[in-house]
Parts: sequence; C-alpha cells; structure tokens
Amino acid sequence: MSIVLSHVNHIYDEDTAMAHPALIDVNIDIQDGEFIGLIGHTGSGKSTLIQHMNGLIEPTSGHIFFDGKDIGEQGFNKKTLRANVGLVFQYPEHQLFESDCFKDVCFGPRNLGLPQKEVELRAFEALSQVGFDPNYFYQSPFDLSGGQKRRVAIAGVLAMKPRVLILDEPTAGLDPKGREDILGLISSLHKEMKITVILVSHSMEDVADYVDRIIVMNKGRVAFDAPPKEVFSHYKELEEIGLAAPQVTYCMQDLATAGFDVDTSVTTLQEAKEEILKALSKC
Amino acid sequence: MLRDITLGQYYRADSVIHRLDPRVKIVATFVFIISLFLVKNFIGYLVAGLFLCLCIKLSTVPPKFIFRGMKAIFFLLLITMVFNLFLTPGEALLSFWKIKITKEGIKLALMMGVRLVFLITGSSLMTLTTTPNNLTDGLEDLLKPLKKIRVPVHEISMMMSIALRFIPILMEETDKIMKAQMARCADFESGSLINRARSLVPILVPLFISAFRRANDLAMAMEARCYRGGEGRTKMKPLIYKKEDAIAYLVLVIYLALIIVLGRILFS
Repeated sequence: MSIVLSHVNHIYDEDTAMAHPALIDVNIDIQDGEFIGLIGHTGSGKSTLIQHMNGLIEPTSGHIFFDGKDIGEQGFNKKTLRANVGLVFQYPEHQLFESDCFKDVCFGPRNLGLPQKEVELRAFEALSQVGFDPNYFYQSPFDLSGGQKRRVAIAGVLAMKPRVLILDEPTAGLDPKGREDILGLISSLHKEMKITVILVSHSMEDVADYVDRIIVMNKGRVAFDAPPKEVFSHYKELEEIGLAAPQVTYCMQDLATAGFDVDTSVTTLQEAKEEILKALSKC
Repeated sequence: MLRDITLGQYYRADSVIHRLDPRVKIVATFVFIISLFLVKNFIGYLVAGLFLCLCIKLSTVPPKFIFRGMKAIFFLLLITMVFNLFLTPGEALLSFWKIKITKEGIKLALMMGVRLVFLITGSSLMTLTTTPNNLTDGLEDLLKPLKKIRVPVHEISMMMSIALRFIPILMEETDKIMKAQMARCADFESGSLINRARSLVPILVPLFISAFRRANDLAMAMEARCYRGGEGRTKMKPLIYKKEDAIAYLVLVIYLALIIVLGRILFS
C-alpha cells in the first residue's frame, strides 16, 4: 500500500487570466504504516495535494501511483481508490445529511455495494472506534456538539475501512479538550489498526507529538520532507515561510544559548522535561 | 463545471468601462436592449454590433470570457432559430414533405439569433465590468423615484446584493460538499433518473443547512451593527457623476439616434 507522487503539477484555471499554480513539481513517496504530518501556510497547496491522493483532482501534469498503478490511467477504478484512501475534509461535520448518526455512517459502505448486514456492522464498528456514545447512535447528528459531530463524520470515512486515512485540519474550531481527544483518537487508530495516516495542519504544535515524518509545503512546493527533529532544526527557515517550530524547540534553543548543556533537537514536552532535569542534575 | 457560469461574475480590470458610474452602465444596457428591438434591418444590427465590439474592446475583458456565458443559452438560441426558420409563412425557397423554408424565415431566424446573442453579450458585459455591490447601488439610485409609490427600493436592492454575493459562496460550498461525498464513494453520474435524483440528497441537505447557517450569521452581524433598513443610511462611497459619465451618456444618445435613423427610417 503505497502512494507515490511523481513530478505532480497542478494549475488552477489554466488558460485564463486567473491561472495560478497550486502544486509545482511535487515528489512524495508514502509507505505503508507511516504517520505523516503535512504542514503548510494557508494557500500553500496542502488541500490541493491531498485531493490528488484519492483522485478528486487530477494533476495538470505528472503521475500518481497507488500500489504501483497509475491512477490517471483509463479504466482505473476510482471507487476502490477512494475506499482505500479515506479523506476527511476540513469541518467534516458539514457533510452530514442523514436523519440519524448511524444512517449517515452507513452511507460510505453502502456506496461500496456491500450487503446490508456488512454495512451495519462496519458502521457500528466505526462508531465504536471513534469512541462515540452508543446512546446517541440514533439521534439526529444536528443535535450533537461540534466535537461529537466531527467524530460521526470521521466514522463515516472509517466505515469504508480505508488503509490510508487523510485528515484535513481535523482539530480546526475545536476547544483544547476536543482537540486533544481527536488527536489522541487518530493516534490510536494509527497504532491499533495499523493504517497509514496523513494529518494536515498549519500548526507544528499539533503534529509534533504524534507524527514520525513531516512534509512542509511552501507556495506549492515541498520545502522539507524529513523526521520532525530534522525539520524543526531548520526553525529559522520555517519562520521565513510563515511557520514556526513548536515552543519546545525555542525553549531548548534559548536554554542552550544561555549555557545549559541540553539537546536542542527534542520535540515533545516529555523529552524536554527529561532533558532539562538531566542538565540541572549536572549543574 | 460550476465555474462556467458567467452571470454575476466580475472580471477585475481597470478600463474606461469599469470606471464608469454603474448607473450609466445600467441605463446603457437598457437602452442597448431596447435598441435591438427597434432595429428592423441588417444595417441597424451592424451599428449595434459595432457599438458592442467597441465597448468590449474598451473594457479589456477577453472575448472568451464574454462568450463563455453563451454556452448556457445555446439550446434556447438553437430552438428559437429553428422555429423561426421553419414556421415563418412566406415565399418558399426550399420545400420537402410538409416542411418549407421561406425567405422570410431565414431572415427572421438570423435576426432573432443575432438579437439574442447581442442581448446576452450586452448584459454579461455589464455584469463583467461592474461589481455586484456597485450594480445594486446603481439600481437603487435609479429606482429611487419608485419610493414615492411605496416600493421598498432599498430592501429590494439589499436583497439583490446579498443574493449576488452568495452565488460564489454557495457554489464553492456545493463544490466542497460534492467532493466530501465523493470521497465517501458517492456516485452522481450513473444509474437511473430516480437514483440520480436521490443521489442529490447528500448534497442538498448539507447545502441548505449551510445556507441557513450563513443567513443566520449574516442577520446577526447586520443586527450587531445596528442595521435598520435604508432610512437615513448614508453611503461610504456615494455615487457621483463624473466627466466620463457625461461623455458616455452623450455617446449613448448618438448611438440611439443612429439606430433609429439607420435601422428604422432610412432603409426600411
């Protein structure tokens, strides 16, 4: 299960006065089981990029290979691709339409042409996976809170049993508690179900704790593609493109310049704590 | 797909036509449309065509953009022309079975075709060169006299500008919802007519909800800024006629005179 993008370009409104490139020569190789953070400023091409990965947008030039097959080729089954590469859009709760949550989650698997029993089983499974309270299964999704609605929407994609899950800013508009819940949920999906996860965000803070690879987009190009530690070591360049490293990185940098013997490449709060304690015990 | 609709779409540029007062453009479009119905011969259409070409040239809007809106009325155009071609009585040129093509039919079909094309081109030129806000401002000002007979002019123009403003927003929203449902393997293109109609439900329900939510937010925002209708409301940019506008009116009068003289009197 791999997704390979090779020299992908995308130009919006090609051949008009409003033409502007959204993706320029993007080369990315995504392997099975990875947990990737896709970071970029607004308008950097993140959303365009992920829509290429399940065939919603076709590249102006270049190729995308899913499991070694070119998805732009005639006769490629887009339905199978979309079932395998689940895409959760920004504010996914805005796509809910059924009269109760359970029915809404059934929509995806039913579109796959599965028998009714299988559809319901998958919907039940997916709703349990996202930790949705069974008491609310048959309630209208419009009566729920924002965080709960979002869970239902994510379950709607999970019910198709995708092997790659892409989430576009899944924490946008949530309070800190809801934010942590959703990120924890995604992380556990990755660990327990071994699915590849691509997490799109504009905040390094969000992804630093979870992902093992970060792709930074800038003006339609891939600026960095490396493990978090390496990407954050370029924090000066990140600032230049309007992004910032997590606060931990700044804190450690400041400590190092102040003369403490600390490892500046740590990315999580936990690691930083241990590093500081170690440095203090040396004093 | 949804991007093809030119109606209410503004083409940003800085040209003489763009800078004209919206009232001038509305009046000019109105006069132009009337002139198309006054004309009775081809010389008149030539004058109207030249005038339109001149305006398009001055507006710097690429012709491709203007004609894009034509796609939508292509069938209407075709049907009109076919009906006129076959159903006009007169001197028969060609006839087979019960159908005959007459000289008058050809003339009428051509005239109707040209008239429709000019009509659409003229009005889309106005919407392409005027922002929706300016357009409704102009309309409000032009319709002001109707206030005397208790027509709620301000409310109508406010409704229009909100409606126009929401067209691109709702189109974007539709696009987003469609994609989100497609990501869940929804199929909008195949199946029987009933199935296809049913497949619209997952788009329409979220779209309506979002429209209501947006309407609610907008109403709240207007209320919060003390909107109380048009009474005593002043404008940040009041419409003022400039020298160019006077010239434009003059050109318009000359055009109308030419149309009447050439298209109706001289060669009729």
